[in-house]
Amino acid sequence: MNVRDDSKGGTVRAGYVRPLDIRNGRIDMGHGAGGRAAAQLIEEIFLAAFDNPFLRQGNDGASLAIPQGSRLVMATDAHVISPLFFPGGDIGALSVHGTVNDVAMMGATPLWLSASFILEEGFPLADLKRIVQSMAAAAREAGVAVVTGDTKVVEQGKGDGVFISTTGVGVVPHGIDVSGANARPGDVILLSGTVGDHGVAVLSQRESLEFETTIVSDTAALNGLVADMLAVCPAIRTLRDPTRGGVATTLNEIARQSGVGMLLDEAAIPVKPEVDAACELLGLDPLYVANEGKLIAIVPAEHADAALAAMRAHPYGADAVRIGVVQEDAHHFVQMNTRFGGRRVVDWLSGEQLPRIC
Amino acid sequence: MNLGGIRKDVSIELVPEAQVGDYVIVHVGHAIGMIDPEEAERTLALFGEMSAAMAAAEPAP
Amino acid sequence: MKYIDEFRDGEVARKIADRLAIEARGDRQYSFMEFCGGHTHAISRYGVRELLPVNVRMIHGPGCPVCVLPIGRVDMAIKLALEHEVIVCTYGDTMRVPASDSLSLTKAKARGGDIRMVYSAADALTVARDNPERQVVFFAIGFETTTPPTALAILRAQREGLKNFSVLCCHVLTPSAITHILESPEVRQYGTVPIDGFIGPAHVSIVIGSGPYEHFAEEYRKPVVIAGFEPLDVMQAILMLVRQVNDGRAHVENEFTRAVDRDGNLAAQQKVSEVFELRPSFEWRGLGEVPYSALKIRPAFAEFDAERRFGLGYRPVADNKACECGAILRGVKQPTDCRIFGTVCTPENPVGSCMVSSEGACAAHYAYGRFKDIPVVTA
Repeated sequence: MNVRDDSKGGTVRAGYVRPLDIRNGRIDMGHGAGGRAAAQLIEEIFLAAFDNPFLRQGNDGASLAIPQGSRLVMATDAHVISPLFFPGGDIGALSVHGTVNDVAMMGATPLWLSASFILEEGFPLADLKRIVQSMAAAAREAGVAVVTGDTKVVEQGKGDGVFISTTGVGVVPHGIDVSGANARPGDVILLSGTVGDHGVAVLSQRESLEFETTIVSDTAALNGLVADMLAVCPAIRTLRDPTRGGVATTLNEIARQSGVGMLLDEAAIPVKPEVDAACELLGLDPLYVANEGKLIAIVPAEHADAALAAMRAHPYGADAVRIGVVQEDAHHFVQMNTRFGGRRVVDWLSGEQLPRIC
Repeated sequence: MNLGGIRKDVSIELVPEAQVGDYVIVHVGHAIGMIDPEEAERTLALFGEMSAAMAAAEPAP
Repeated sequence: MKYIDEFRDGEVARKIADRLAIEARGDRQYSFMEFCGGHTHAISRYGVRELLPVNVRMIHGPGCPVCVLPIGRVDMAIKLALEHEVIVCTYGDTMRVPASDSLSLTKAKARGGDIRMVYSAADALTVARDNPERQVVFFAIGFETTTPPTALAILRAQREGLKNFSVLCCHVLTPSAITHILESPEVRQYGTVPIDGFIGPAHVSIVIGSGPYEHFAEEYRKPVVIAGFEPLDVMQAILMLVRQVNDGRAHVENEFTRAVDRDGNLAAQQKVSEVFELRPSFEWRGLGEVPYSALKIRPAFAEFDAERRFGLGYRPVADNKACECGAILRGVKQPTDCRIFGTVCTPENPVGSCMVSSEGACAAHYAYGRFKDIPVVTA
């Protein structure tokens, strides 16, 4: 790596490199070639934002110490969202929150992230810096470190600005077993808050839809909330965050994994009035719209009240509610009593409802 | 056009008489008709009521 | 949301259900057909069926414009994209309709066709303006509700002198389809179904008014009740139909008085007749050739007619032999009567058009009603 000399005085030392032009500069093929330009990009944008002892070592990998008595949990996520910036967040925050949450949903404490960037030739450096700083802030708030990463550049037209892939590693103490296969008939289904916020916030930016709304994405790191819940209820059966495909898809996944059915109460599911209106306008069902800062918890009935109280005591679970129960069902249907008085199946999503919003 | 707080531009070319404050029915980005508030109230009031003929025929409760 | 939430009230639903239980006579069956995609969807999504007496049956008619779109028409759009390098713009559900050679518009897009989903005809105009070196075709489907916006788009294209915009017009007309169902020579093949009355479509009636339905009531002695698209509207309309049947009446009644009158939206009708004229015949998927049931672009606007601009000929293509969409669209069979429902033909892999759109009878039943076919043991 080149070292710049910031000395005052007239002479420029040999090896001086002009700093990146963040304001007007763009990614070019050189930034992906592994040479000086690439190194400079990494140093000025990535290392500057993520700075931690692991990265300062300057190696291609990170050596991590695992606490005694723990198992490792690993999760990975790719982010291809368009638009990159939306009310309440951006692809950077999403890429940190998403993976932190995946690790947390296993009942684990997330500790370390890797971040891999595929940049499109022509992507503005100012946008990249903004995204990376957003990631750094999200990582700090969640208490995780970005310990290793990679950057590649693809030709113009072969990317969507930037794709980000993050992998997270966390630790879970022996004895905690949170899994989508654990739901049992009689268990209670809890939801941490309003649904559909993220999807609607993103759609409002989409060309040709263009509606005005005050809705912002709910993107958030939920590891703190999960820790509080596990402290009070170590017997939690399942945790999952309803991202792409919404609550409906997540519940269907769990139903299939656990070999059970479910019965929901439509009136109990909280939806912000504006989200309801936006879904009405667009012909969407809020149950299928993505969330990035909510979780579903399935807990034994006798622990439901305690778990709910713990959720409501945390800022990210203030609107937590009970939304249904797990029941026996060989066909693994997720059914719902509608507000109208009938009953219907909440089925898997067919086809693509929304283009790339996670 | 405002629906529950969501604001969106729609065309009123097909309902040129629509004024601010009127309720319209929207389809594929166009207003295609207006809602008559009096008729709406009347409709709601009639839901599930006995028909006039039946009410006349029934003995008073 | 005003004028929406009040029309979905569960307690009022209960009240209408109670009325129906009293007034539907126990000694007979009532079969009513609705032919509005919005009604099919409302009945499924809100579980209206459960609130009806067992002897009142709802039949889904051909109310979904995507479902009645024949394979041959989708083939034309695919050909435009893949062979003529046209940017094809269309509404969402049209993208998934299965066509010839195992293609659909979505699959053609994966093969390199420039096919774009738009939310309105005006968006297609924007695409044309933004891409002056490319030809842009708006694949226009839909009943009378969607036709006026297409007319407006063509009028605007003419005003702006757009040279690269045209429309592949597949707009169809509701009353013709209903007549066809009631008196088709193919009735022998599919079997006739006793329909006691019709629920008239919501959006379509806003545009065409209640007038056009009067001759069904008279000629075929079947009551028609035009209903709004909220679940309470549908239930009330069913109640009104039951009453007409009980009284031996066959009139056009309007439940949707808050938005529909006898004449309809004259401004919209005027735009449509300015730009479009009747086709002598048009093939409907599942119904065969139906006379005077569809529109084409008038000669005065010939330059915006994609069929003329690209010399496209229509080639009818037969449906998969196992597919029962035809009988289902006529209300003669239920989705569960189809051999391949839920097995080969699913929303992910639709064989016939009834499974493609969420307003289609098969898709609606699969998504919302399938659990009723199988007994479920509750904990």
